[in-house]
Amino acid sequence: MQSNSKKAWLYLLPSLVLLGAFLVYPLIDVFIYSLEECYNFASQTYEGVGAYNYLYVLHDPYFLQAVRNTFLLVIITVPLSTGLALLISAGLASIRPLRRLYQTIYFLPYVTNTLAVGLVFMVLFQKTEYTDGLVNLCLGLFGKGPIDFINGPYWAKMFVLCFYTIWVVMPFKILVLTGALASVNPDYYKAARVDGTSRGRIFWRITLPSIAPMLVYLVITGFIGAFKAYSDAVALFGADLNAAGMNTIVGYVYDMLYGDSGGYPSYASAAAMILFVIVLTITCINLLVSRKSVGE
Amino acid sequence: MKQKDNLRKSAGRGGFGRALTYLGLSIWAVVVLFPFYWMVLTSLKSYGAYNSEHIPAFFTLSPTLENYVQAFTAVPLGGYLLNTLIFSVITTAIMVVVSTLAAYAFARLEFRGKNLLFGLFLSMMMIPSELVVITNFVTITNLDLRNSFPGLILPSITSVFYIYLLKENFEQVPEELYKAARVDGTSDLKYLWKVMIPICRPTIVTVTILKLIECWNSYVWPRLVTDDQAYFLVSNGIQQIREEGFGRENIPAMMAAVVVISVPLILLFLAFRNKIMEGASRGGLKG
Amino acid sequence: MNIKLENLTKRFPARGKGARGEVTAVENLTFEAPDGMLVGLLGPSGCGKSTTLNMICGLEKPTEGRIFFGGEDVTALPPERRGVGMVFQNYALYPHLTVLQNILFPLQNLKGADRPTAAQMKERALEAARMVEIEALLDRKPKELSGGQQQRVAIARALVKRPRVLLLDEPLSNLDARLRLQTREEICRIQKQTGVTTVFVTHDQEEAMSISDRIVVMKDGVLMQQGKPQEVYDDPANLFVAKFLGTPPINVFEGEVKGGRLYLGGAAVLETPGAAEGPVWAGVRPEGFVPAADGPLECAVSRLEVLGRDVSLVCTHPACQSPTLRAILSSQSQFALGQGAVRFALVPGKVLLFDRDTEARVPFAAAAAKQ
Repeated sequence: MQSNSKKAWLYLLPSLVLLGAFLVYPLIDVFIYSLEECYNFASQTYEGVGAYNYLYVLHDPYFLQAVRNTFLLVIITVPLSTGLALLISAGLASIRPLRRLYQTIYFLPYVTNTLAVGLVFMVLFQKTEYTDGLVNLCLGLFGKGPIDFINGPYWAKMFVLCFYTIWVVMPFKILVLTGALASVNPDYYKAARVDGTSRGRIFWRITLPSIAPMLVYLVITGFIGAFKAYSDAVALFGADLNAAGMNTIVGYVYDMLYGDSGGYPSYASAAAMILFVIVLTITCINLLVSRKSVGE
Repeated sequence: MKQKDNLRKSAGRGGFGRALTYLGLSIWAVVVLFPFYWMVLTSLKSYGAYNSEHIPAFFTLSPTLENYVQAFTAVPLGGYLLNTLIFSVITTAIMVVVSTLAAYAFARLEFRGKNLLFGLFLSMMMIPSELVVITNFVTITNLDLRNSFPGLILPSITSVFYIYLLKENFEQVPEELYKAARVDGTSDLKYLWKVMIPICRPTIVTVTILKLIECWNSYVWPRLVTDDQAYFLVSNGIQQIREEGFGRENIPAMMAAVVVISVPLILLFLAFRNKIMEGASRGGLKG
Repeated sequence: MNIKLENLTKRFPARGKGARGEVTAVENLTFEAPDGMLVGLLGPSGCGKSTTLNMICGLEKPTEGRIFFGGEDVTALPPERRGVGMVFQNYALYPHLTVLQNILFPLQNLKGADRPTAAQMKERALEAARMVEIEALLDRKPKELSGGQQQRVAIARALVKRPRVLLLDEPLSNLDARLRLQTREEICRIQKQTGVTTVFVTHDQEEAMSISDRIVVMKDGVLMQQGKPQEVYDDPANLFVAKFLGTPPINVFEGEVKGGRLYLGGAAVLETPGAAEGPVWAGVRPEGFVPAADGPLECAVSRLEVLGRDVSLVCTHPACQSPTLRAILSSQSQFALGQGAVRFALVPGKVLLFDRDTEARVPFAAAAAKQ
């Protein structure tokens, strides 16, 4: 058995080394960084240990802006995308012809480069001196004035960001919900039909409880995903998100680390830790709530 | 399945409801497809034609490939593609080997502390990559690996999720096969190679494709560790193009580059549609 | 090649939440499988028989004790150096390989001088396939085969190495009843043809009795009895073995031996010369009942089951341990069902006595017994 044990560790060695170096060590390290005050990257020295970095970050208007943006994004996109995905999946489940085609189409955004397609959205929504862009053209049909969604008012930019985020996350949600709906035992529907249950009641009393665990799973992963939003924003508004006022928490971390305002790994670490805590809290709350509602 | 559908039909949903369903589904299909259409369309319009359209046209009568020529000549798009290909293939290859070995150890070998270690592995899935990127950036910088393939690849290899997926799959292979192989004197490595991998090939293919997609689309890490254009990946390339490449106004050329970047993945998706969708539904999260 | 197990013990660390210490799967097991014989290792599930098989094969290392193959101590050898072939319960065929590739697989693992050339391998694989009559299936994948065919492939794969010992783990349990009969004859034929010493594990006593040259009965990791099937059936060492062997099972009564006679529920039913006095368990095989108008044992009849050649009479008796007892009678036998009751005489050789506490066999001179 001794040799078998050695062999097992040998098989695990590459993963352990890589995970240790690039996942576990950094986790500990980032926590230490976040507590070291006035860390100097060039000389690798610091002056003290404390919560200064956290205080700095929490008072940084850019960070507060990023938090505001991120929360708005989360609150708007998670319920909307989950609800829309549920609607679409229910629609998909009720049709037979063309279902596979629709499924394939709906999944396309999953395999596309977020940055690349973001550019297309930018083009569609942007108003330049040459053209108002396609979206504004459509708005014009309803008599609404041209709005620059990319460089214009805050709500317009937030709208585009939310829209694009939903567009990007929908494939996964539709996929999961379609699978969940298909796995509901058809006997339940038969039994309900025999009892003369109305369609609405069937949906609320049978379908929804059956897929509730999957919905909870989607909401949790949706929350986590939306809190980590970054590249969608970069795709739409360019790398300098602070200037556009559209930064996200993750964006703030990267900018602090490396970028025009970069070179502050301590601040970046503190911000990252704050993000980690937020995500962890929401995950825990979600788990608690879901355990209550999904369980008996 | 069929019964269920019949049931629904007989449930008396009228033709109107059915039409409404198809309408709704089609609207979302258009929302999904339209950006792709627009990107191809724009990439085929000439620079002049595009900029003279104050009201964008929904089709073009004089498609041109000049934008594609420009995409490859004005910026080193070919280089970006090659970099991304090298990065994706090497990262994925190493990931598959490393993860397969680890998954095999977890699934088939007995050793002290196995359950504890696997529990630790699972909890590592909770660590957001955003958190560790900071130290990794410092590590790679200290190792003097910025602007190099090792610097790009090393931190991108490990994926606890894929180890988990493979382990689950390996465990479904009946233990008796392993015993039978041992009675015949098959070494662990040979058993892994000759029995386990062929049997689990579908999952390994799925994992490979998901990782390839992930690599092809990765943006944050490459952006951090490369500032030399010679090592840019397509995502960084696109961003570069957007900021300064063709000038912000040359939208058609930009769209041509976007098409070139998107096509390989869409082809991969169409070829392995079922595998990708099945793998993704088991928990592959984008980003 | 005879197989000898000597004081074999296997302990596992206890599993499950809060479990501590060790679980003894096999305790101090000693038996011998004579050269060229088919030995059935029999017992209820969890009795340690599969663990024993795994130790013979080398998949498990015994905690204590030794294993000999024809005088050679193989206890420390890994499976591949023992020269064993094993057939698993679920056949363990590699699903991605064809039948021929499956049979070739063990040969391709051989190294050095033992390794045959490719042509020899093919020849040996074909020979093994011929032996189990699957030559027509060589290019199929396992999932295209029926259960019985998969079983044959598994046997061919085990035989292709020309093992010194063939081990079969529950070889018939995954087959339907009809195939089971056919396959057990097949196993018997192949075993006789190759003459390889064979040990097979089963929980089905009928299966073990029907094809084994020797059976070994185990319970809770401990050897209960070994011997020729008929001997063990006729002369069980204890109540467990008596109950475990035979269908329908033996009928057990609370009885008492007084003055050289066996009393069941107050009636003296049999002379038991030489049996110790006192309370006993009295087992009566279903074929040990003979209807007789003046028989000493009176039972209430519940129903009559017609089995064709035989009939099974389901009765009740107050001293019987289970709610009903079963008597197997020839359908020609004449008996009178008086007011729902029947009287039996007992066949001395089919009555077995066991100590009430230790459940060990209490011998008596059956030949001399008269009812």
